[in-house]
Amino acid sequence: MINISEVNETNNMVEKENLDVRTITMGINLLSCADSDLKVTCDNIYNKITSLAKNLVSTGEEIAREFGVPIVNKRISLTPIALVGSACCKTPDDYVEICKTLDKAAHEVGVNFIGGYSAIVSKGMTKSDELLIRSIPKAMASTELICSSINVGSTKTGINMDAVKLMGEMVKETAEATKDQDSIGCAKLVVLCNAPDDNPFMAGAFHGVSESDAIINVGVSGPGVVKYALESVKGEDFEVLCETIKKTAFKITRVGQLVAQEASKRLGIPFGIIDLSLAPTPAIGDSVADILELIGLEKAGAPGTTAALALLNDQVKKGGIMASSYVGGLSGAFIPVSEDQGMINAVNAGSLTIEKLEAMTCVCSVGLDMIAIPGDTKATTISGIIADESAIGMINQKTTAVRVIPVIGKSVGDTVEFGGLLGYAPIMPVNSFDCSAFVNRGGRIPAPIHSFKN
Amino acid sequence: MKKCVITVVGKDTVGIIAKVCTFLAERNVNILDISQTIVSGYFNMMMIVNIDDISSSIADIDDELDKLGKEIGVVIKCQREEIFDMMHRI
Repeated sequence: MINISEVNETNNMVEKENLDVRTITMGINLLSCADSDLKVTCDNIYNKITSLAKNLVSTGEEIAREFGVPIVNKRISLTPIALVGSACCKTPDDYVEICKTLDKAAHEVGVNFIGGYSAIVSKGMTKSDELLIRSIPKAMASTELICSSINVGSTKTGINMDAVKLMGEMVKETAEATKDQDSIGCAKLVVLCNAPDDNPFMAGAFHGVSESDAIINVGVSGPGVVKYALESVKGEDFEVLCETIKKTAFKITRVGQLVAQEASKRLGIPFGIIDLSLAPTPAIGDSVADILELIGLEKAGAPGTTAALALLNDQVKKGGIMASSYVGGLSGAFIPVSEDQGMINAVNAGSLTIEKLEAMTCVCSVGLDMIAIPGDTKATTISGIIADESAIGMINQKTTAVRVIPVIGKSVGDTVEFGGLLGYAPIMPVNSFDCSAFVNRGGRIPAPIHSFKN
Repeated sequence: MKKCVITVVGKDTVGIIAKVCTFLAERNVNILDISQTIVSGYFNMMMIVNIDDISSSIADIDDELDKLGKEIGVVIKCQREEIFDMMHRI
């Protein structure tokens, strides 16, 4: 039977070390909602979301209360809307209508975000993919709770450089369209390579076509718990360090597994995957950068950072995989700048640069995340950054992403405040040498040699 | 059997166990195991209880325990046992 010290350990993780389940995300297939009439499509979408997810938020709250573990977000991911709207959308504004419908549904069911205003264009863009992409600035400006993601490359297909070029422009236009709110539209827009179909985390969540009609995916968290555990092994060797991270990751993931099974049972929707990510929040102590510092770095960004992050990421997976029956999504440490107080401190101290962050993205999940850059950064430069990250993902067979925010009217030295879980960020300098001749070539970068496995 | 873990943490005083146990008895909650220690002057108790035959919902009991805790000056929590089992048992 459970003993008092085990009970205290669990409760301390929740009360003092910020242990929580970051998100229960319900994936919903919307292909059945497609119609050649825009109004009918919107109605179908609204009805399907509001009927399937009507108890999502209350069920999440019930579980949190009974088990005594906070469940921070309840979210929905959808079939990429470029597929759902392809029969009825003739202009970008038609897609904006769908986006507004999604926003209305999100408010109705009370979720924090809906993801899936997406297009998968890793090899080529259909007409409807392009219309959706061109609608993003207006869609992000006229909605509140919708996240957009575009997959521009994969290890199997190479990189669609036409889409990369277009996305550089769209990021810039989205920043312009939401400049009254410090360009916050870009915080809801991510460009991916090798995007997974079952990711529960925003902004990159969508319900891929390989998924069933509805599914429950859960994202765990817990940088604070890992940090606390590492405080007790200061000065020990790597074996002890790695074992400690692994054991902690196991415990954190077990909580996610329990919550996922329980949510699946109560909602009558199958359990998909647990995403084993260390997702930081702006709360003090809930930081991946703090873990890196405890591993032995003066500040995140110091030499050794990439190795420390690689080790952390790998141990989290090793510990987490045994704790869950199905693991998927992104599963790794996140390194967003604005959402992690330790990362913000490292940028302010001059230790962490975009170039170092780019190196770090080679060994952890996702990529350049929540990074505020000067508002006058050129669209082609943003495309260049997207191309670099996509190349890292394509060659290393991993997911990479770019969520940068060119904050209109601000430059290096300024700070931007997004609020809530999105946090705040110092504007980081970007290499200002030109890459437009590269970005403007057009076409696609072929798939790498190691993708030819057949 | 559906089980919950009730934890009581706070400043030690006379009658904490008595009050909590009386409360549970009134709601038909059967106590299966109790352990209690004092950690640096703080009262620390854990009970494992059977809630199969309770007269109200877990949420109500949790609410009322919270209220009782405030009266005695301790923090009382009631959580389903599975969370601890999942984390500490393979």
